[in-house]
Amino acid sequence: MEVGLKMGKGGGDHVCGCEKVKMGFEETELRLGLPGGGGGEGEAIRKRFFSETVDLKLNLSSKESSGINPNEEKVKGLRQEKSLLPCANDPAKPPAKAQVVGWPPVRSFRKNMLATQKSGSEESTEKASGNSAALVKVSMDGAPYLRKVDLRMCNSYQELSDALAKMFSSFTIGNCGSQGMRDFMNESKLMDLLNGSDYVPTYEDRDGDWMLVGDVPWEYVVHL
Amino acid sequence: MFWGNRKTLKMNYFPDEVLEHVFDFISSHKDRNSVSLVCKSWYKIERYSRQRVFIGNCYSISPERLIARFPGLKSLTLKGMPHFADFNLVPHDWGGFVYPWIKALAKSRIGLEELRLKRMVVSDESLELLSKSFLNFKSLVLVSCEGFTTDGLAAIAANCRFLRELDLQENEVDDHRGHWLSSFPESCTSLVSLNFACLKGEINLGAIERLVARSPNLKSLRLNRAVPFDTLQKLLMQAPQLVDLGTGNFVHDPSSEAYNKLKSAIQRCKSIRSLSGFLEVAPHCMSAIYPICANLTFLNLSYAPGLHGNDLTKLIQHCRKLQRLWILDCIGDKGLGVVASTCKELQELRVFPSDLIGAGNAAVTEEGLVHISAGCPKLNSLLYFCQQMTNAALITVAKNCPNFIRFRLCILDPQKPDPVTNQALDEGFGAIVQSCKGLKRLSLSGLLTDQVFLYIGMYAEQLEMLSIAFAGDSDKGMLYVLNGCKKLRKLEIRDCPFGNEALLEDVGKYETMRSLWMSSCEVTLGGCKTLAEKMPSLSVEIINEIEQMEFSLDDMQKVEKMYLYRTLVGHRKDAPEFVWIL
Repeated sequence: MEVGLKMGKGGGDHVCGCEKVKMGFEETELRLGLPGGGGGEGEAIRKRFFSETVDLKLNLSSKESSGINPNEEKVKGLRQEKSLLPCANDPAKPPAKAQVVGWPPVRSFRKNMLATQKSGSEESTEKASGNSAALVKVSMDGAPYLRKVDLRMCNSYQELSDALAKMFSSFTIGNCGSQGMRDFMNESKLMDLLNGSDYVPTYEDRDGDWMLVGDVPWEYVVHL
Repeated sequence: MFWGNRKTLKMNYFPDEVLEHVFDFISSHKDRNSVSLVCKSWYKIERYSRQRVFIGNCYSISPERLIARFPGLKSLTLKGMPHFADFNLVPHDWGGFVYPWIKALAKSRIGLEELRLKRMVVSDESLELLSKSFLNFKSLVLVSCEGFTTDGLAAIAANCRFLRELDLQENEVDDHRGHWLSSFPESCTSLVSLNFACLKGEINLGAIERLVARSPNLKSLRLNRAVPFDTLQKLLMQAPQLVDLGTGNFVHDPSSEAYNKLKSAIQRCKSIRSLSGFLEVAPHCMSAIYPICANLTFLNLSYAPGLHGNDLTKLIQHCRKLQRLWILDCIGDKGLGVVASTCKELQELRVFPSDLIGAGNAAVTEEGLVHISAGCPKLNSLLYFCQQMTNAALITVAKNCPNFIRFRLCILDPQKPDPVTNQALDEGFGAIVQSCKGLKRLSLSGLLTDQVFLYIGMYAEQLEMLSIAFAGDSDKGMLYVLNGCKKLRKLEIRDCPFGNEALLEDVGKYETMRSLWMSSCEVTLGGCKTLAEKMPSLSVEIINEIEQMEFSLDDMQKVEKMYLYRTLVGHRKDAPEFVWIL
């Protein structure tokens, strides 16, 4: 599960929600969840990449992908495959590969373990493959889309807070720079800082959240 | 006392205590059983001094009779479901409940210290009763069991004050998360062996750290995948005396501080001889364990995904003293060649399939096995899942390794012939049984005719367990085996054309065996009924998952699954609806 760092509206003394950041770390587990990221082989994993990439490009807003954990889907798929195995054993029929109950003779415990490992492997190989990004999803109440921040790029809470301020400053009137976040209440104008246009490209990730395109380096997205 | 009348004098010229002391040196179950058959007084002395009992089929005897015969019982081993239950051929509620055993033992005066269960249904209630009933309980080993949750484990942890061993191997445990480890009281410092690798849920990391820190006798520790790399390092710092280690999550960044810390922690663990786990791992992580490879005698990488040919061979090249190796077939034939040239002390090899959905990508063939046989002359135990096998290879293997005790070969494609000659594998397996005079366990696969059974009946004189699938042409095959293998104890057959004629030819044979399993064969209901009638000392079970109404009582009806076993206590009372005991 991805960590969502919630940044609330309304003022306060918080140094840009550093406390909130701390809470996020304690409560939740950092997930190196890159949409479409991760290694490993297997058709199932490749399939997942495909659908994630498609979502990204087409900026699908359909809710079909919201709330669905692709991992679950995959595991369900595997389980379904197993349940397709027929129960009736007819000795007259020559057994076809992969359709015979109890064949190959491997303990169910081992079979299940292997299946779990295969579906979880994209996460673990990602951690292991040396991708040094610790990308965390950040949402701000009232913001039309969320941002992703790479925690490894920040060396201190101050830096993180500055980065967050920069990220979300587009949701306020004018330019507040890195002086902390003010005017959260003001959502009248969305500014794309880079292009100066009123529209920004976004995508919907697997949790159903709208994210800004570009926070995650392209290499990670297509798993180069 | 010992100057009895002349008759007994001849047999009993030693006092009971002396005989008892002599019997102390006889530890094997078989030998003690033989001792008890010599005469009445030996029977009596033996039964009072017996501390360890092994019951291969929990339905062959009752707990009451066990208790009556062996009042000094300290250690009990029980097995429940038949072996093919491992492969989903036996429905879940078939039986094998441990509760009645624990209940009976608890009521008695038996001072149970050790309980080892395999393929049994163990409820939390049983575990709780167990934990509260035996003051000196020391050791619980559960293999391939089911029916319990971490709550049951919490009871064991909390109540068994002198617990030394809690060993959970490949059980299906309902994980209620985390807190069972904290149930070990602060006063518990006696742990020698702790294995919870099969648990799927989170555990309290602080609790495991503290537990290990206060267990100076801990020799064996196997963690589950929820234990991260950092914690492993801390645990190793606390337990440099470990002999057996199972890692959990072994994923880390090789440039990190954690990696360096682990490397130095592991280097202090000079006693580690056995290594397993790596439930999550990536190739570059394995260099951390190179320092301890030179002394390893057992290495289990069969649950380590993502390690392939080169990674594995690089690692194994450090392991010159390896005696037992469990590995996935991603090692490949070439990798097995490296094993063959490195591991000269190898006795046991298990190569498991990494692809279970039959996509036909098994990475090892007969080549790998031939390499191993050529390089590892001490090999005596084999489990090998492969893409294909040839007669020529098996003949070579038989020549190179005449010491096999266990030989289990599984060609993933059922009934696959020798790909070079297109013949059945009769000659190959024939060579194995002829050459390996001490062979006790054999599993066959590939295309096989009645001929292979002729060889087995002729040569496999020590054979105790035989597993057959998709093999044979006629009843003759099964008859060769039943007539020839005098020491046969367990025979399990699936999808073979063996029928009533073979089943009924020598009904007395089954009394000399523990059990017979036949599924998807030609045996009919009538045949089974006849057998049951003739042999009241057998329990003949028909397992029928088809709806009662559909299942006709016609004697000509083929039986889906039949399981029969000898028993001293008649038909069991706990059979579910779909089991019909004739």
